[in-house]
Amino acid sequence: MNQTITQNAVTVTALTMKFDAKTVFHDLNFELKQGSMTALLGPNGTGKTTLINILMGMFPATAGSYTFAPGIKLGYVPQFRNLDAEYPLSIRSFMELNGPLFKSAEFKAEVNHELIETHLDSIQHIRMGEASGGQKQRAYLAQALLDKPNMVILDEATASLDPVAKEELMGLIKHLNEKHQITVLFVTHDVPLAKKYMKEYLYLNRGQLTQGKMTTFTEVYE
Amino acid sequence: MFQFEFMRYAFLASTFIAVTCGIVGVYVVARSFSFLAHTLSEIGFAGAAFAVFIGISPLWGMLLFTLLGSISVGELSLHTDQKESSISAISALFIGMGVLFLAISGSNSRYATNILFGSIVGVDQQDVIQLITLSLVVLLMLLAVARPLNFDSFDHIGAVATGLKTGAVGIVFLVALAMSVSIGSQIVGSLLVFILLTLPASTARYIGRSIGAMACWSVLFALIGVWAGLYFGFITNWPVTFFIAVIEVAIYLVAYLIHAIRN
Ligand SMILES: Nc1ncnc2c1ncn2[C@@H]1O[C@H](COP(=O)(O)OP(=O)(O)O)[C@@H](O)[C@H]1O
Ligand SMILES: [Mg+2]
Repeated sequence: MNQTITQNAVTVTALTMKFDAKTVFHDLNFELKQGSMTALLGPNGTGKTTLINILMGMFPATAGSYTFAPGIKLGYVPQFRNLDAEYPLSIRSFMELNGPLFKSAEFKAEVNHELIETHLDSIQHIRMGEASGGQKQRAYLAQALLDKPNMVILDEATASLDPVAKEELMGLIKHLNEKHQITVLFVTHDVPLAKKYMKEYLYLNRGQLTQGKMTTFTEVYE
Repeated sequence: MFQFEFMRYAFLASTFIAVTCGIVGVYVVARSFSFLAHTLSEIGFAGAAFAVFIGISPLWGMLLFTLLGSISVGELSLHTDQKESSISAISALFIGMGVLFLAISGSNSRYATNILFGSIVGVDQQDVIQLITLSLVVLLMLLAVARPLNFDSFDHIGAVATGLKTGAVGIVFLVALAMSVSIGSQIVGSLLVFILLTLPASTARYIGRSIGAMACWSVLFALIGVWAGLYFGFITNWPVTFFIAVIEVAIYLVAYLIHAIRN
């Protein structure tokens, strides 16, 4: 147990990203421990989503490297989803998109389990288009959890939620970290929320990165 | 009416066309590809006219043009910010070409009417076999990529986030769509084939809450449209396509109104 907690989940070395002439960040170095609960903080437009997209392998960095420890299985909840109010699929059907065409009893049981875990089981048949912002975010997370990840990255998952929905989602993320030892990287620009729930921070601003314990985070930005 | 061979053929062919267009339509609507179905109908018209001009079966001309058209229009709409105007330009060009091919091939206006508005009288056994074979090919293609196609069509961002390679799926779907336009046009006509590819599935969106349910409803509405259309066309001698259009629109409006009142 101790062993897994001290091992790195990911190691990032000299990571640099440029779009044409514009440098988003330069020479980032950090590591995240397995089982850690980290906030990636920074003002809007600072490059948080860009950093995550690189870690997810969606596009290559300009320079530098990153390594995930063997056995790390990533779940990713991206920043934007484009489901309109008319979106037809139920919460359950939406989750099941990340599953086989012909659903085994085993897979159905897994879906049921994640629905209960994310407090969506009683509303699993309502349409995603009619779900509240908080319910949608939990459904996105539940869909990603069907892959049984041991590390999840959430990008601005609480950005448009009301306070109650925020607390519910954060409670769920805390539960995943504490009960299932899932490593969490939570992207946000909400410092008070991060202070309440996260243990470590990465702070990305003006192309530079600092890292530390959340309790010691003192930076102020709008 | 089933004592007439051509009616038996028309029913058989229409049934397969309705099933295929009903299912393809679910993805057309989910991917917001209605405009593309529309443009491909016009491209299909040009293809059929081209086939008449060089003296091959209209179906093959349509297949050729819609396949080329769907890939190029699909690419264009993904990679340009001038989606609307570039597609309008392509439509205009193809309709113009279709008119030209028909004019210089010297075929009579009856032929043009058949291509544009569909015809059931001319369907023979060989046509039926061709249409059924092509329908089955389309359905098998969709089945082969069903899992990534479902994910990509109903949650593109989520599909990309789980590392799904969505590009290949998109191309398979464009091919399936082009084939559906071509085979659907044989009965409904190229002018109105987009009805079968969009309206039953749009209606199904108001009712089904899973992809399977939406596909079943969509196929059902498409079947009601073509079967009732053939029947009314037979007893009144009015165009089958007219009835199909009216029936599909009516079903859609009822579903829409119920949906609007509920909310
Ligand atoms: N594909 C891209 N091409 C050019 N610039 C980009 C691209 N993606 C992001 N950027 C720029 O990189 C910067 C960081 O963006 P982003 O990572 O979305 O910030 P954050 O998530 O911290 O709000 C922004 O200035 C943005 O305009
Ligand atoms: Mg961002």
